[in-house]
Amino acid sequence: MRPLRLKAIAVKEALQILRDPISLVIALLMPFMQMILLGYGINLDVRNLPTCVFDREASQDSQALLKHFQASPYFRIVETPSTYRDVIRALDGGACRLAIVIPPDFSQRIADSGGSAVQALTDASDDNTANIAIGYAQAVVGAYAAEATAGAAARAGLSTGPLQPVAVQSRVWFNEDLESRNFIIPGVVALVMALVGAQLASLTVSREWERGTMELLVSTPVTPMELMLGKLAPYFLVGLLDAAFCLCFAVFWFKVPFRGDLLVLFLTTSLFLVVVLGIGYLISVAIRSQLGASQIGLLVTMLPTVLLSGMAFPIDQMPKAVQLVCTFVPARYYIAILKAVFLKGSGLLELWRPVAALLAYAAVIGFFAARAFKKRLE
Amino acid sequence: MTSVAVAAEGLTKRFGDFVAVDGIDFTVAAGEIVGFLGPNGAGKSTTIRMLCGLLRPSAGRGLVAGIDVAADPEAVRQHIGYMSQKFSLYNDLTVIENLRFFGGIYQVPRASLPERLAFAISMAGLEGREERLVSTLAGGWKQRLALGCAILHRPPILFLDEPTSGVDPQSRRRFWDLIHSLAADGVAVLVSTHYMDEAEYCDRVALINRGKLIDMASPAEFKRTNLGGELFLVECRPLGAAIARLQDTPHLLDVAAFGNSLHVLVEDSAYDSESLTALLRQGGVEVSLAHTIAPSVEDVFVRMIGRTGGPH
Ligand SMILES: Nc1ncnc2c1ncn2[C@@H]1O[C@H](COP(=O)(O)OP(=O)(O)OP(=O)(O)O)[C@@H](O)[C@H]1O
Ligand SMILES: [Mg+2]
Repeated sequence: MRPLRLKAIAVKEALQILRDPISLVIALLMPFMQMILLGYGINLDVRNLPTCVFDREASQDSQALLKHFQASPYFRIVETPSTYRDVIRALDGGACRLAIVIPPDFSQRIADSGGSAVQALTDASDDNTANIAIGYAQAVVGAYAAEATAGAAARAGLSTGPLQPVAVQSRVWFNEDLESRNFIIPGVVALVMALVGAQLASLTVSREWERGTMELLVSTPVTPMELMLGKLAPYFLVGLLDAAFCLCFAVFWFKVPFRGDLLVLFLTTSLFLVVVLGIGYLISVAIRSQLGASQIGLLVTMLPTVLLSGMAFPIDQMPKAVQLVCTFVPARYYIAILKAVFLKGSGLLELWRPVAALLAYAAVIGFFAARAFKKRLE
Repeated sequence: MTSVAVAAEGLTKRFGDFVAVDGIDFTVAAGEIVGFLGPNGAGKSTTIRMLCGLLRPSAGRGLVAGIDVAADPEAVRQHIGYMSQKFSLYNDLTVIENLRFFGGIYQVPRASLPERLAFAISMAGLEGREERLVSTLAGGWKQRLALGCAILHRPPILFLDEPTSGVDPQSRRRFWDLIHSLAADGVAVLVSTHYMDEAEYCDRVALINRGKLIDMASPAEFKRTNLGGELFLVECRPLGAAIARLQDTPHLLDVAAFGNSLHVLVEDSAYDSESLTALLRQGGVEVSLAHTIAPSVEDVFVRMIGRTGGPH
């Protein structure tokens, strides 16, 4: 590894980025547009969810709970049926998406502060909304219970109903202000970085082939390793810059709370960048046209990151086989890290699993990327 | 001629069934300029690429600076400078940025870099154009810049693949002056060209056709041994009728049109200017001038390609 060569390649590549409109758009404009589009576009926030409440106790306590639901921006009480049959009719007919059934012994249960107090029924056709709705309902009940049993260890559960068994949603735990955006935005950040990183890197070698500069480059004593490191260095900086931008955007624009450590964020983000740049570089070596390479780069980052990273669809609800596939999606680990760092303030120790997975990924990709480029024209 | 800088020994390249370079043998000595001549598709670029370690020979071997290119292409690369047939500097970089890039790639020491850059710029005549984007340069400048980039690290061996193609005659002359001054410093130069007149600038020419080396000699020797007859320049009208008249004449070896005149090759002392003029007048051709001339490499080339079969 010769420093003079690395520097020469990095400087050249940086100049080319600065003079290439496509690279500039990808590096500077794309992150901004994608943060806006995806940040608002993929919005799983549940607001004004049509809800019906079947109050079987009709006591002061149950009415108080009802008020909590009414006060919440997430629910809009559209009906107060008085029989189970009506509840189910309302759900089936689409008049409401969530039904809350307050049991006849509600006050007693709250006082005991144990077991399940309220039953939630959802329309299961939209799994995501259902999950979020139940999470929110749980939080409302929890808040009420905490208030009602002031001082006592407040832990409200939800009974499981015959229509839709409800598991306790631990994810809501760290998202106490009930913004699904808090879960989505870290995913969007990961997606933007994966896209930008892979897209930019996918242009770097294919550009040399396309413009006919490769023939001369191959005739020089530069080694494949020097070429890779020199070329990716400026993209790494661009990637960090984009990451900083996206993360600031998440915190200051979308108001995702940040509770973690900046150093942890920087280290894990760098690791993820290495992975996506490596993927882009591999594609770039394999495909000799810039357009082809960037299309493939888009395909291999966009689809898995959107569908299989847990960004929009929870992995634990996928079929086992698909879950296995998800294991190989690097964004999945970065998203897990981002969520934990942002919302829980986790440190590297607690994050060792996803960090180890990303490290392994970076090692494998780096191994292949460093060897992929052959200094021959054939 | 002193030490051997480049040696091809039975160098062969096959692309599938097609033999692009067929068992070529030759050497280039230090300080020597060897010109590669041949029609399109003759195998000039393929040979040069094998010697630069860009293509793996199918058979035979190439020794560059004493190193077998196929065995250790990387070791060869420090010793060579290469100008590819297709311009391959960075068009989106400026003149000086390109030079700096190759200076870095070849690890020109920081201390000597300014002097080398200045030399390359003045050699290429690019003073005052250092900050110009390469894409805005005209052909001649580009080619000289490419040469400048190829010699930044002072390689003892240069491979130049049609360095003067698409360059105006004046720039071509200048380019050859540069090549000569490099050779005078001991650099071995292997240069391919389409321009026959450029063959006269080489110490030796290698004529390649259909992948085979047909002949290799100094331009003078080349002409003497390969023409096999006497050459006449004939100015006459109409050319078509003249060619038709001469084609099936005994002792007449070859007729070729050169601009508005004919080059007529005849067996030694079979004709003189008067008998040739008379012959043409019989055919109703108006002859204004006919005399013997010294053949150019092009005359020999045309004749030899005709003998060994045209391009693929
Ligand atoms: N990579 C390749 N695959 C297949 N055939 C090739 C390849 N490279 C060259 N050829 C063929 O080999 C032959 C020799 O090509 P080469 O480029 O060496 O010719 P050349 O003498 O340099 O011609 P020109 O004067 O046009 O540059 C040509 O017929 C060409 O089509
Ligand atoms: Mg050629």
